[in-house]
Amino acid sequence: MERLSLNESPAPAPRTLQQNQQFSQNALGPAGPQPTGGPPQLPPQMFTTAAQLLDLTDKKLVLILRDGRKLIGVLRSWDQFANLVFQDTVERVYAGQLFADVSRGIFIVRGENVLLLGEVDLDREDDIPPTLTRAPFEEVFELKKKEDAKRKTGDKKRYDELQALGFEPEHSGEILF
Amino acid sequence: MLFFSFFKTLTNQTVTIELKNDIRIRGILKSVDQYLNIKLDDIEVLDLAKYPHLSSVKNMFIRGSVVRYVMLPRSEVDVGLLEDATRREAANQAGKAR
Repeated sequence: MERLSLNESPAPAPRTLQQNQQFSQNALGPAGPQPTGGPPQLPPQMFTTAAQLLDLTDKKLVLILRDGRKLIGVLRSWDQFANLVFQDTVERVYAGQLFADVSRGIFIVRGENVLLLGEVDLDREDDIPPTLTRAPFEEVFELKKKEDAKRKTGDKKRYDELQALGFEPEHSGEILF
Repeated sequence: MLFFSFFKTLTNQTVTIELKNDIRIRGILKSVDQYLNIKLDDIEVLDLAKYPHLSSVKNMFIRGSVVRYVMLPRSEVDVGLLEDATRREAANQAGKAR
């Protein structure tokens, strides 16, 4: 963690600094004493992936992957690409009004597959919305398979129609839901 | 890096983010990095009923590559300034290319 830096500082320094000053009414530019006497500035290290992930480390998080999977576990390690290591991971499968948990263990996730990471509020994590009920995994999984198949045909139809009109589907080639 | 600087000026504002999978999240913009990954605090998921897995989440890290839109408070954006900066950047880029 000792060598945090933004690549904006060294090479293109003159221009970016100038820009920062243009945005500097409440800008959060470089750290240290400000000649302009503006509001106190946060250090640039605040604005790195590392800094964003640092305070999520060792916390219980919900990780949503690009393929729609929801993993709940403890974030143990990460790097600047948001490659992640999760411990004691549980996959939560939702289908209709049902959900089920499956124990998965340790995960190493490649950053590109990460959609978002949410910190679980430990006071609220057991407040499961009243519309949802826990069910055996097999039951939920069967239901989910059916739902996925249905969505797939629906998506395909929509994409075909869009493509016929000359639109490229927004995330073609990516599975995203 | 222009939009990175721009987003930095918006920290601590309430923004709404729409992801490529249609989830919309409103929250306080806490930080942004060079990939435009975004950290939101005190989040509120619009249409939470569809996304029950987010019901107990209080703050989140969103990977920049999955963001479709960021909706900003109108009063916090100086459009003229942003236009100028964008054109200057474009001119610089064009100068560099030559």
